[in-house]
Amino acid sequence: MAIVLLLVNLLAAFLASSATAEIFRYSTTGDILGLDPHTNNEGTTNAMKMNIYEGLLHRAWDLSLHPALATQWQQVEPTRWRFNLRQGVKFHNGNTFDADDVLVSFDRIRSSQSDMSYAVGTVSSINKIDAYTIELVTTVPDPTLLLALPAFLIMDQQWLEQNEAMQPVRGTMAGNFANTHANGTGPFRLVERQADTRTVLEPNADWWGEPRHNITKAIFQPIANDATRVAALLTGEMDLIYPVPLQDIDRINRTDHVRTLEGPELRTIFLGFDQWRDESLDMPGSGRNPFKDVRVRRAVYHAIDEQAIARVVMRGAARPAGLMIAPGINGYPGEPMDQRLPYDPAMAKRLLAEAGYPDGFPVTFDCPTDRYVKDEAICTAIVSMLQRVGIRVIPNFQTKTLYFDKISIKGGNRTSFFLLGWTPNTFDVFNTLQNVMTMHPEGHGIFNCGRYSNPEVEQLTVQIQRETDPQKRDALVREAFRIHQEDVGHIPLHQQYLAWGMADTVAEIKQRPFNDVDLRYVVMRSGTAAAAQTSSGGDRKP
Amino acid sequence: MLAFVAQRIAQTGLVMLTVAFVAFAMFHFIGDPINNMVSQDATAEQREQVRRHLGLDDPFPLQFAYFISNAVHGDFGVSYRLSLPVGALIAERLPATLELVFVAASIALLVGMPLGVYTGLYRRGVVSRLLLGLTLVGISLPTFLTGLILILIFSLWLGWLPSFGRGEVVDLGIWSTGFLTASGRRALVLPSITLALFQLALITRLVRAGMLEVLGSDYIRFARARGLPNRLVLFGHALKNTLVPVMTNVGLQIGALIAFAIITETVFQWPGMGLLFLQAIRFADIPVMAAYLMLTALLFGVINLAVDLLYGAIDPRVRGESSHHKGS
Repeated sequence: MAIVLLLVNLLAAFLASSATAEIFRYSTTGDILGLDPHTNNEGTTNAMKMNIYEGLLHRAWDLSLHPALATQWQQVEPTRWRFNLRQGVKFHNGNTFDADDVLVSFDRIRSSQSDMSYAVGTVSSINKIDAYTIELVTTVPDPTLLLALPAFLIMDQQWLEQNEAMQPVRGTMAGNFANTHANGTGPFRLVERQADTRTVLEPNADWWGEPRHNITKAIFQPIANDATRVAALLTGEMDLIYPVPLQDIDRINRTDHVRTLEGPELRTIFLGFDQWRDESLDMPGSGRNPFKDVRVRRAVYHAIDEQAIARVVMRGAARPAGLMIAPGINGYPGEPMDQRLPYDPAMAKRLLAEAGYPDGFPVTFDCPTDRYVKDEAICTAIVSMLQRVGIRVIPNFQTKTLYFDKISIKGGNRTSFFLLGWTPNTFDVFNTLQNVMTMHPEGHGIFNCGRYSNPEVEQLTVQIQRETDPQKRDALVREAFRIHQEDVGHIPLHQQYLAWGMADTVAEIKQRPFNDVDLRYVVMRSGTAAAAQTSSGGDRKP
Repeated sequence: MLAFVAQRIAQTGLVMLTVAFVAFAMFHFIGDPINNMVSQDATAEQREQVRRHLGLDDPFPLQFAYFISNAVHGDFGVSYRLSLPVGALIAERLPATLELVFVAASIALLVGMPLGVYTGLYRRGVVSRLLLGLTLVGISLPTFLTGLILILIFSLWLGWLPSFGRGEVVDLGIWSTGFLTASGRRALVLPSITLALFQLALITRLVRAGMLEVLGSDYIRFARARGLPNRLVLFGHALKNTLVPVMTNVGLQIGALIAFAIITETVFQWPGMGLLFLQAIRFADIPVMAAYLMLTALLFGVINLAVDLLYGAIDPRVRGESSHHKGS
């Protein structure tokens, strides 16, 4: 009798555990680069860090800003912001969060080896008023201070001191503790990590917030090979994979227990031209650089059939763009301005003839093969479109490492014509203007590889950085983009779509417009995880 | 004998030095690792700082000298991608690769040899011809395709085996093994078959060719004439004499198995050295690439030495020759 009772109890316990065990397994192409919240500014890595760590503010899936470790904030003076910190918050190791942790994290994120200093770009100092009140002082009045702040993740002062990890360290063993261990205040805590194999998180039971998710464990396992990753989704070994190769989207949607989730990303893919050399790299001895003539740039624009690229090359998974930033970025000038010049090869030929190139000209087209969705195929399409109007394009396909070497400032911007993509990681228009669309003042133009430089746009950019009135600022942005469009400083192509593959075990997931998963927004279908486990027979812990 | 071994070890050292030099020279053409390491909007100054910190602004001979002197002390630097010591990374991945190669080589030998003997004996049989046809497929199919086909059949359609990963591993101090858990053994099946297929086909054909040749030789006819039982003739005399070329091949191919494992490991996301190497290439992770290439050179050297020594064990003539020849 006692044995029967025991069995019944065991069975009940088993059923109870299998009903509540919502294990979420997900995969992407590569592993995270490490756990240190202040180094490795890379998409998947950042998302993982933000599952574990929190900033003063949280950026929700729809890009809206919400209180996190700060409960309230106020701009007391143009250059001074006061933040009230959340009380009663504990780090995963049990230590209490307070203002000192913010101060230490601020020093850390600004140190020479940090990759994340952009999150506190204009902040010159942080003063402690009391244990739960701080003041941020900025060098200039910064209207976009809050936008980047969610990436300023807060670490535990005591933990850093104990483990000698006060500075982020790149490439050496000493003091690398924070890159292999984690201790945040976030909704998930690190349970296990094997580089390149698996990273396991469990919910933080003491989290201050109300969880939206219902998962009890999250297992992240990178799978580099596209076909294998798709197979792992179809066999039920994975609940979510990203990205889904474009050619597999139809197949996944035709399969019963899986589906895809698609939406535009914030990255804009565009073309750029050498506009600074007096003689084109591809026309030595001629003394001419066709791309210095706006008519030639305009001709290239008219010659490109972006609708065809979006439809055929991208299989519909792209949103044609007329602006250098995507909707959703702060300062986006609006749909009416987001229009492309029409596809008109006849006009292109006419413009080329007017500019003095009736028979076209030779040009090398620099293109990466492993950076953007279908980058190589997009370039191949553009090559033939431009050849149709007489421009003799020779594509130069290279892996991203070599490609960036060639076109970057350090490599002397050795390019005449290139394809590039940009996401402003501050979520603000200024970032794109600063890095891609201007050369001055000093420090601008890090990826303005063709050195487009219009003093008017540069003047406006400086004003945009400082203008605190949103309406005035938006007007300045519109003016800067209008001039850039008239100049054809670059040719925007499209925003590529995200394509995620999801099993029916996932009831709902909020997709942010960038390619990574915030576990806060994962809702599993109750009880299905256990069923999937037995049928898949995959390599999971019971 | 001792002199021979010492000479070979010295040769291996020289080969490794050459490999390191060539590898290092090549790294200058794979691009700048800094781009992968810093934030997209890092300033030129920040990039320069990282470069200095990593010693990448030193002249080539100096970089190479540092690398060699550190490597001699067992320090291969720190991975640019994962910020973990390369030595520890490789020590962590080596068991996965070696277990995979061990199982694959075992499959190739244990299946390939009997198949070779069988097809050698019944060379006109329908089964033999079918088997030979299949080995041709095994030789001509590229590894990644074999892997994907196996995943399609056994993971996707039948749902019997996992499509990726190594399953649960048991940590035995310096060695993590997948042999001790059910999921670890199941995870081994598809990758090891994928990796073994080419070798299996090769061994089958080698043994078959050897058997055909030996079976027609005088001493076999003589053995039969003496009335020795068929089994003794085949396995005691014929097979033993076909083993020398098979040994050479298997020995060299174990090196190739480790090299081929790159593709198999990528298809199955097998957390071994091959996968590590491939990801290092994508990231321009120079320390990992350099260490991997040197380790591969070392493995080839050791395997060749072992094969040379084993020759002697199987064929006394080689022993006499080599010690006489090389020892002088």
